[in-house]
Formats: sequence, structure tokens, C-alpha cells
Amino acid sequence: MTDAQASTNEDYAIQLINMNKWYGDFHVLKDINLNVKEGERIVICGPSGSGKSTVIRCINHLEEHQKGQILVNGEEITGDVKQLERLRTDVGMCFQHFNLFPHLSILDNLTLAPIWVKKTPKAEAEAIAMKYLERVKIPDQANKYPGQLSGGQQQRVAIARSLCMDPKVMLFDEPTSALDPEMISEVLDVMIELANEGGMTMLCVTHEMGFAKKVADRVIFMDAGQIIEENNPEEFFNNPQSERTQLFLSQIIDH
Amino acid sequence: MYVTDKILPELPAPSNSKGIVHWLKTNLFNGPINTIFTLLAAFVLYKVIPPAIEWAFIDAIWFADSSSECKLANGDRKDGACWAFITNRFDQIMYGFYPEAERWRPNLAGIMLVLLTIPLFFEKTPKKAWLGGFILVIFPFIAFVLIRGGYFGLEQVDTGKWGGLMLTLIISLVGILFALLFGTILALGRRSSMPIVKSLSVVFIEFWRGVPLITVLFMSSVMLPLFLPEGTTFDKLARAMIGIILFQSAYVAEVVRGGLQAIPKGQYEAAAAMGLSYWKSMFLIILPQAMKLVIPGLVNTFIALFKDTTLVLIIGLFDLLAIIENVLGADNAWLGFHTEGLVFAAFVFWMFCFSLSRYSMALERKLDTGHRN
Repeated sequence: MTDAQASTNEDYAIQLINMNKWYGDFHVLKDINLNVKEGERIVICGPSGSGKSTVIRCINHLEEHQKGQILVNGEEITGDVKQLERLRTDVGMCFQHFNLFPHLSILDNLTLAPIWVKKTPKAEAEAIAMKYLERVKIPDQANKYPGQLSGGQQQRVAIARSLCMDPKVMLFDEPTSALDPEMISEVLDVMIELANEGGMTMLCVTHEMGFAKKVADRVIFMDAGQIIEENNPEEFFNNPQSERTQLFLSQIIDH
Repeated sequence: MYVTDKILPELPAPSNSKGIVHWLKTNLFNGPINTIFTLLAAFVLYKVIPPAIEWAFIDAIWFADSSSECKLANGDRKDGACWAFITNRFDQIMYGFYPEAERWRPNLAGIMLVLLTIPLFFEKTPKKAWLGGFILVIFPFIAFVLIRGGYFGLEQVDTGKWGGLMLTLIISLVGILFALLFGTILALGRRSSMPIVKSLSVVFIEFWRGVPLITVLFMSSVMLPLFLPEGTTFDKLARAMIGIILFQSAYVAEVVRGGLQAIPKGQYEAAAAMGLSYWKSMFLIILPQAMKLVIPGLVNTFIALFKDTTLVLIIGLFDLLAIIENVLGADNAWLGFHTEGLVFAAFVFWMFCFSLSRYSMALERKLDTGHRN
């Protein structure tokens, strides 16, 4: 792991170097090292409380790390406000609870950031929005409000909203955990399509092992604030090395 | 085992829960105690309402040139209300001591405001934001120049001569506008992560909330001139307005803060994650939702502000109530008609407050976009 420290490579979309984070006295993330190449698709899994969500929330600085470095597109995150605003236009994020803006129509949810952050003309922003709404298969909902949509539709809108900013990296924070079972697949289908198109760097915290098997280049298993195991999906699922991983996999597959 | 292919049809709800008789039974006569209270209330209403109507409408004298028509031959009052007291002095109640020849100026300002505001209530008006901005930013200057004069050949009418309903409305509108603005900024300040901004906001809010408005007005008119260099004059109305604005913005701040705290953390995070700056996320995402939530509290504060404007009497400004009570009430020609004056003042205040309340309810319904996140 020490060699990661030395090489800060521009080819990496994201680099975490010896990242540590505490909540008060609680050490949530311990020496996280991770290099993500451009276009790579990574699934992070692990038991709840393992720090997996915190890792990706640190990448776009929704949480602050206290030690170590985070580099996005070769640039170290310092917490500077202007840098963050720029960086966040390159890094899209989907949340567990969608976090659509309930006072705005679906179309306005999608065009808000392009218009106000990227200064895209309104008509163009709307055309882009409709393009992505079609991609997530709900163009007919454009004029409704988030409260009128099902959970699965809301999450697809949230994905489209992020894509409208044309990000280089997409972070997914348990995008299907708050959904009714019937709606999980409609969201996963959209994510699989996105992954298969290629070009987009994806970091996805999820318990959907089927998704991991289908699209992930690498699977990362975390526990107690540490990366325990990291491997390609085939090896990870068929031949897990650590005992902790074996236990975790046996538990989620049994149910 | 059970299985069915038949989907049951939808049926209308049973109809035994409708009708006036049913309503009366469930709401007014559903038991002996309730029945007694209903009858008692009906009796009280019967005793109070007909005489009140008789006094206010049937026996009332609406127009008269002097108070003698409201009196009996021996000088006692007649039974009905003497609205002539109001109609005879209506102009003064509306404008205070504003010169008669110049009253077209506040009228024009008022009509302009109404005409400019009406289009805002229609969905299809283009460039609504610009119109709203014009009303909030440019129009106050136009109105000030019109009403006070001193420019463009308009005769100057000092603020000391402003009065009546006109003064009440000016103080309230300016007060509401600026209290909302400063209050919102203070609320954001109080939730700021910057310690200096935060503590300044807290100190400001707690100070102004902790003193009675009457003290603030007294201080502004009696104490403040003592601290200013000799000879500095500072308009009395402006001082009163500043006092009211500072005082009410502290209340508005706490109401708005309640709304800000009710917005889920996910909204702040989603806004930030999309690269919106602090101010953009506040104005585009957080405040629109927070303000919608606190409409009832804001309207409450505005109604209080509107009624509190009557306190400017103590620093020598004559608002609607002061004109009726202290100017007309002390007029020898119309002695003894306090009740009519007070009833009229109460009615005017009530009408404005009630309209504000109804409007806010309509606004809440209109802005309701269904489920919150």
C-alpha cells in the first residue's frame, strides 16, 4: 500500500491515500487507500457501520477527513469553497433517500444545477434534462412533482439529475436500500445500462451482489472502518480470502 | 388453500353520514350536556346579536354635518350609532394632517402599488420576478418622492404631517418588507458555521426580542437624539420605522430559523453535491421550502407588527387609531362618540388582518406540492 502514497497519477480519477476520519473520538475510517482509474466501476460493500458510505461522502467532501489525502482527477481536495464547487460539478452523487427537491417539478430539479452552476441556457438545459429523463425511461413525468412519483421513479430522476451535470465520476450511496423490493430492479437496470456504456467512473455502495457480479471491475469489502478485501468480482464471490468476508457473504447470500 | 381471479368492483361509500339533520345531531345535540350548551349559546346569541345590529345599522345615523343630529333635543345621545362622526371626518382618518390639496399624491402611490401588484397574482404574467423586484426595490423610492415631495416641483410634506390609515399602512408595509429581509439574514446568520456571524446574530436577536417595543420607540425618540451631536435632526418617522424593523426582524428570524431547521439534512447535501454555492443553495433550495413551512408563523408576526404600529402614538405620530382617539376624540364638536371611533378602528384593523390571514391560507394551498422529502 505504501507505493500508492508515492505515485499521484493523473490517470486515476480518484485516489485515497492513507485517509483517516474520526467522529469525535470514534475512529470511523482507518488508513483507507484506494486508486480508481478513469472509467472503472467499483462496488463497495460491508456490514452497516463499516464506514463504506462515509468513504464516498468524503470523496465529494460532504464529510471532512482529518488525515491523509483525497485526490480527484489528480487534484487534492483542500476544502476550499471555490475548489469544492468546481469539483462537485465533476462528481455526481445519488443518495439513499433520493433527496430530490420537493418544491420543484422534475424538470426543474434536473435543470437547476446546469442553469445556476454551469450557466447553461434554459432551453439547452431542458433539452439535456429530457434526454436523460428518456434514458431513465420517465420522460412523461417531467412536469410532476417528486411527491407524486414512486420511490423507484424518484431514484431514477435523481440519477438523471446527476447525469445532467455531465460528471466524470458518479457516487452511489446505497441507491436501492430505501426502495420497495418491486422497484429495486428498475433502478438497477438504469445503473447497469450506465455502467455498460463505459466511460463513467462509478463508485457504488450497495448490497446488491447481483449488480456487483454483473458490472463491477472490482469489489471492495469494508469492515470496522478498514478495507478488508479487494478483488475482481469473480474471485471475490467465489474465492473470498478473509474470514470476515466469507462470513459476510454467507450471511447475505443465505437470506 | 384459497385463490381468486375475480377483482372486486369499487363501490360508493355508504350514504348514512350526510345531511343537515345528521350534522346537527352529531355536532350540536349529541348528548344532554352538549344540548344544554347549544341552547345556552343560542340564547346568548339571541340576546346580543339583534341589539347590536339595531345599534350599528338600523338606528344608525350615517351622515350628518354636525354632531347635533346624533343627539336628542335635551343633548343626550340617540340610541343608534353615530357613524356620521366617521364619515364627516373620513379624510382626516385616512390622511392625518396631510394637506388636502396634495392628497392625490398618496392616492396615486397607493393606486400604483395596487396596479403593479395585481399582475403578480396571475400565473401567466411574464417576467414576474422583474416586476416583483421593481415593486420591492424601485417603487418605494417613487412612493417616497411622491408622498414626501420636495422634488420635481412637488411641495414638501414633512413626515410629521403624515397620519391616519395612510401612516399605518406605510409603517406596516415598510416594516414587513425589511423585517422579512433582515429576519431571514439573521436566521441564516444564527445557523452559520462561522462563530462571529453566529454570535452576532444570537446577540442581536436576543437583545431585540428581550425589550418591549414601547421602550424601543421611546429610546429612538427620546434617548437617541441625546447621543447624536447637537443640531442633528433625524426624521421621527424614520426612527420609529427603524425601531420597529429591528424589533420585528428578531421575531421573524426565530420563525424562519424554525423553518430552516425543519428542512432535512439531505436537502442541504443534495444542493451541495450538485456544486451549488451556499447562497445559491439557500435561495434556490432551502429558503423556498423553509418559508413555505413558516407561512403561519410569519403571518402571525406580520399581524402583530401591523397592530403594533399603533404604538407610534407615544412618540407623537398619529396613526389611524391615534387620529380617532386623540385628535377627533378631543374635538369639541364631536365629543362623546368614542365608541363609534373605536369600533371603526377595530373594524379596519380586523379587516386587514383577516385578509392577510385568508391570503396566507390560499398561498399555503397553492404552494403545496405534495409530500415532503
